[in-house]
Amino acid sequence: MRRYSLVILLAIAIFAALPYVLPTYYLSLTTKILIFVLFAMSLDLLIGYTGLASLGHAAFFGFGGYVVGLLVVRGQVSEWIALPAGVALATALGALFAVLALRARGSYFLMITLALAQVVWGIAFGWRTLTGGDDGLPGVKRPTFIVSLADENSFYYFVLLMVGLSALALVAIVRSPFGHALRGIRESETRMLALGFNVWRHQFAAFVISAAFAGLAGCLFVYNTRFVSPDVLHVVRSAEVLIMVILGGVGTLLGPAIGAAVIILLEDFVSSLTQRWLLILGIVYVVTTLFAPRGLVGLYRDYFSRNRKR
Amino acid sequence: MIWVIHTLNGISFGILLFLLAAGLSLIYGLMKILNLTHGSYYLVGAYIGSTVIATTGSFILALIIAPIVVAALGAVMERFFLRQFHLDELPQTLLTFGFLFIFADLSLWIWGGDPIMLPKPALFSRSIDIGGLGYPTYRLLLIGVGLLVALILWWFQERTRVGAMLRAGVDDAEIARAMGIDVSLLFTLVFAVGALLAALGGVLGGPIIGAGPGTDFDVMLLAFVVVIVGGLGSLRGALVGGLVVGLLDNFGKIFFPEFALFTIFVPMAVILSFRPTGLFGRA
Repeated sequence: MRRYSLVILLAIAIFAALPYVLPTYYLSLTTKILIFVLFAMSLDLLIGYTGLASLGHAAFFGFGGYVVGLLVVRGQVSEWIALPAGVALATALGALFAVLALRARGSYFLMITLALAQVVWGIAFGWRTLTGGDDGLPGVKRPTFIVSLADENSFYYFVLLMVGLSALALVAIVRSPFGHALRGIRESETRMLALGFNVWRHQFAAFVISAAFAGLAGCLFVYNTRFVSPDVLHVVRSAEVLIMVILGGVGTLLGPAIGAAVIILLEDFVSSLTQRWLLILGIVYVVTTLFAPRGLVGLYRDYFSRNRKR
Repeated sequence: MIWVIHTLNGISFGILLFLLAAGLSLIYGLMKILNLTHGSYYLVGAYIGSTVIATTGSFILALIIAPIVVAALGAVMERFFLRQFHLDELPQTLLTFGFLFIFADLSLWIWGGDPIMLPKPALFSRSIDIGGLGYPTYRLLLIGVGLLVALILWWFQERTRVGAMLRAGVDDAEIARAMGIDVSLLFTLVFAVGALLAALGGVLGGPIIGAGPGTDFDVMLLAFVVVIVGGLGSLRGALVGGLVVGLLDNFGKIFFPEFALFTIFVPMAVILSFRPTGLFGRA
């Protein structure tokens, strides 16, 4: 336990020192990574801990982002209202989707979450008078929470704080009795039913919590880029966050965080070299599935346990 | 009379959706694989068809070559990639999504980013008179071909030896294997046939809805809605679902042009809440 808290303290110190070390470009890249770390962890609560593979998680990410964008750009609403509203409405959308999608399991669940998310994308794309359609909504200014967060350094600290607190909350959730019940449901729904657990209510709660954190990530993302377009809602986003979770390792909160960092860094690196990012990403999907089906954390554990046996 | 035209439009689009959904449904029914690459088969089929037409000028040749090439792609995907992840849906999802990206980017590379429309075959490029209004004969051809394919598939499934093996495999793959049926070969065959049907839809749909970057996603989504409505694993579900979605889409665009997607998705949500496995699906 002492080694654990030492590692955490060290991590906090490193992250706090980054603005003094990194050039601005890499600092804003780190901000982006942190946002996607939160997004990937939120999805892992659903996939890794509850056993529900969603292919529509961008709906909550993008919806939260759009609420912030619309309130700030169209409504000139204060950030004290816009950010909570973004998270709250993404959570509400999560509740609605959960009611519809939880009637199904497995492949049907994947298909339904994908189809529902695509409806939200369709609205953002089609309703030009409100959302600006394909052109998106530019001019989402950075918020001021007591201090102005307009510059990269202070915004980085704000994101670090939000993502850090969310990560703590997620760790607390998966370690709570509720989190253990979720893992029980992942392993066997019928057994948990027989034990007297209300399986549907647990899955519903996990879905909604997951949507809430994804929504928060989306709000931060839109504040970060100062711009929102239907891209944030697209199924490619949903798939990207899914590969982050799986590349890192399903069912560990650390894994998706590593997966998010790897994918964002790879994207940054590859798109500076070639236009063919999508092709590379596709190959990454295939190679990951073939050679690391349990993710990087799984690979590391295999390696570790093999060494110990020797 | 205008309503007859609208209905025919809806039916011809529905038939196109049936061609897409039939493969998706068959693949799921036998292997429980949700194939996200299915829209790409349509896209690649349409592109290859356009190249064949551009070089040979023959629509018939496009209808033969494109589906065969894409069927081979499907067979390779099943044999060498999906095979090892039998009944493991997360890796299957990732693999098929990976191939979706790979096909999309390669198509963009080879055929460019401008949407294309395939030319109609010369014999069916004119219109006939329906109650004083001109109607393109090509759409009627599409309906005819689609119904013919449906009939062939039905005959294949219900009346042939391989069809019986297929039905046995859908019911219980393990028992079928124990009975001496080569389920492994059946898997590859069904995957190839599914890809073939989607590519056929790509060539046939090319003159009507065309193809371009993003078509793969649009088409995949529509095929999903069809199988959600009709039920996975059922040919009848794919046909009925295709027609329902085709008509809903067509009339939705007429009555609510701003919210065309809703006329498809609201009925989908309603059906889902009463029959989670679709109209003809099995749990």
